[in-house]
Amino acid sequence: MSGPATNRARNRAVDRTPVDGADVCVIGAGPAGGLVAARLADAGYDVVVLDAGPRFDPGDRQERMERAIRPAYDRPDVWGVGGERDAHAATGEWFYPLNHARVKGVGGSTLHWQGMVMRLHEADFNSRSERGVGVDWPIDYADLRPYYAEAERELGVAGADDNPFGPPREEPYPMPAFPPSYSDSLFAAACEELGISMHSVGNARNSETYDGRSECVGYGTCQPVCPSGAKYDATVHVERAEQAGATVIDRAPVQYLEHSADAVRAAEYATPDGETHRQEAEAFVVACGGVETPRLLLLSESEEYPGGLANASGLVGKFFMDHLFAGTGGVLDEPTRQNHVGFITSESHQFYDEADAEVGPFKLEFFNYAGPSPVELALTGDDWGDALLERLNAEYGDHVAVGALVEQLPREDSYVALDPERTDHLDSPVPDVHWNVGDRALETIERANQVQEQILDELGAEVTWQAGPDSTGPAYHHMGTTRMGNDPEESVVDPQCRTHDLDNCWIAGSSVFPTGGAMNPTLTIAALALRVAEDIERSL
Amino acid sequence: MELTRRDAAAALAALGAGGAVGYAAHEWGSGGDDSPDAPDDGLATDEEVRDALVAVAEVVYPSAVSGIAAFVESFLAGRLEREDHGRGVRETVGELDELASEWYDGPVAELDPEDRDRLLREVGADVADENPEGTTAERVRYYVVNELLLALYASPRGGELVGIENPQGHPGGTDTYQRGTP
Ligand SMILES: Cc1cc2nc3c(=O)[nH]c(=O)nc-3n(C[C@H](O)[C@H](O)[C@H](O)COP(=O)(O)OP(=O)(O)OC[C@H]3O[C@@H](n4cnc5c(N)ncnc54)[C@H](O)[C@@H]3O)c2cc1C
Ligand code: SF4
Repeated sequence: MSGPATNRARNRAVDRTPVDGADVCVIGAGPAGGLVAARLADAGYDVVVLDAGPRFDPGDRQERMERAIRPAYDRPDVWGVGGERDAHAATGEWFYPLNHARVKGVGGSTLHWQGMVMRLHEADFNSRSERGVGVDWPIDYADLRPYYAEAERELGVAGADDNPFGPPREEPYPMPAFPPSYSDSLFAAACEELGISMHSVGNARNSETYDGRSECVGYGTCQPVCPSGAKYDATVHVERAEQAGATVIDRAPVQYLEHSADAVRAAEYATPDGETHRQEAEAFVVACGGVETPRLLLLSESEEYPGGLANASGLVGKFFMDHLFAGTGGVLDEPTRQNHVGFITSESHQFYDEADAEVGPFKLEFFNYAGPSPVELALTGDDWGDALLERLNAEYGDHVAVGALVEQLPREDSYVALDPERTDHLDSPVPDVHWNVGDRALETIERANQVQEQILDELGAEVTWQAGPDSTGPAYHHMGTTRMGNDPEESVVDPQCRTHDLDNCWIAGSSVFPTGGAMNPTLTIAALALRVAEDIERSL
Repeated sequence: MELTRRDAAAALAALGAGGAVGYAAHEWGSGGDDSPDAPDDGLATDEEVRDALVAVAEVVYPSAVSGIAAFVESFLAGRLEREDHGRGVRETVGELDELASEWYDGPVAELDPEDRDRLLREVGADVADENPEGTTAERVRYYVVNELLLALYASPRGGELVGIENPQGHPGGTDTYQRGTP
């Protein structure tokens, strides 16, 4: 990776001054911002993208992969997350490890992500009326359906229409699904006995060459880095935007949105040389992720908006949600062939729509990377030579695991706020992720654990670990903090994701989700981003 | 099991040699302080690094593998090309050789295998967590012991010893995950 000297040289060479006469300023270069920028640049608008983090050199990916494998490095080190820039607090009942849950830079958190993509189920849009808890979205599955199909094409999704529990689809996936793994075949026999249907998983990962990117070559380190580019990340759309004439400015954290009562005028951003600049535009898109988006709005307080910009409702930052992980793992007395690839090939949504007020939706994930990876095992421990090989053979080879993602409901006491005490490297108050989970999510984890135990039992596995209600953690999906709704008193953005308070400001990302369902969020983020681009086009 | 230069190339491909450098591109005899006018900065030369790592590999690799010298030499050639990493390897081997000479009267490569094993444990590399910027023990673990273990176990050959033909870090395609034990 480039040393400080080359970074300094590069920083001097890069022009980070604002663009005159821009139509659209997009803040955040993850998938949400990247898609909006690519669409609008393609349509001929003058687009500027500002991102807080750097532009990463694609040539560094293999070294990043080595960091992912070697125990000397923590996960956040792989993409340079952490330090003063990324300082944060976590004052909720549940600790939130924010810097494991995001990447800052061109491509955003998709540089690190797993790349599992699926549509929300129809009932997820109507939680209050169908399940008696949470709120209804102001839009339905039918409203989003064409955008989901487009999003699948944009990201490049490998999948099969074999999910009997999934929402209706109109057309095939852009790429064939990855075939089931060997361990899926072991699970399939057990699940059949139990009457549980397994099916394929949508993967934003190339099962064949797609969009000029390589097919998956099986590095097996997808999360946190894919050296081949087979896994989609948002550099794809940021680069497309640039090719269509957009200007992308990296290392340009926006500090404040200058505004009048009903419009944003300029985004004030800092650059590495210590300067501050103002980017003006006709329209603004805030796409900083579910934590930094509310933070930026709260930082942009004024006389008109004393509680933060676009916050007449007082709900900016409120209702922070994540998905919770439930998992059960064990060992079999036969080889299970794990850790060849870093993604999963089978899931079950069978229990998803049994959700009610007490138990939420959850989906089951059949792991292809249960138990330790031999390389990583080899680098820890105080043995080597034959003793090490013996240990590797004893510890690797017979693990199985079933994971699950579980919904948590929106709660006002789960929120993102500004920390009153601590500031970052630019003297801005850091975000405090005050995360509370609630009993329904914990009940749901217990229910998921029960099903997982049944499956492992049927399989003849000896259970060796469980992530249950006491040992669960977040899936790194930040949702809810600028919720969508029809009523300006009850929500921050309207059904088109435009802020109720400001005419020219849209929010792209999972912060607009009123409820989270239990599906990984990024396909929905992408679908909404495409809709945002359309709405902006109409308004310009 | 015989390791070959091709296996080393596979390990390098997995871990990134630094650009498109194959093992052939490295000019042996460069680097370190072996040229007459190089300052004595404690950096091991190419040959010292190679000899030390081959000697250590004979201890940390399982007895079932042979062909270690060619494998390690090829792997190292790629790794030394990576500037910062190469420097770390040279520095650390320099230190290890110095300790070997103080405690056992000769560089690592000249010790018999039991003494090499003992030396590594006396340095503390067995119990240390690897750290490229840490203590001597942590750096020996990072740049010497784990460097070698990574080369072996991220390569398909090393993976086979454990029953995985496509170990993490190796681009072994998308067939093996679908198959039972070959
Ligand atoms: C380990 C991990 C695994 C994941 N796996 C999956 C998965 O399998 N499936 C799935 O659907 N999702 C997954 N996710 C979540 C997924 O990565 C996110 O949903 C997605 O990246 C969100 O997109 P975004 O564009 O809204 O935000 P991000 O991708 O987070 O991008 C936000 C960008 O905004 C920039 N930014 C922030 N503040 C400012 C500012 N003030 N000024 C300028 N720029 C700013 C940041 O630097 C960043 O680049 C995973 C996440 C992680 C961390
Ligand atoms: S397994 Fe495929 S998607 Fe994952 S890192 Fe490797 S090439 Fe990329």
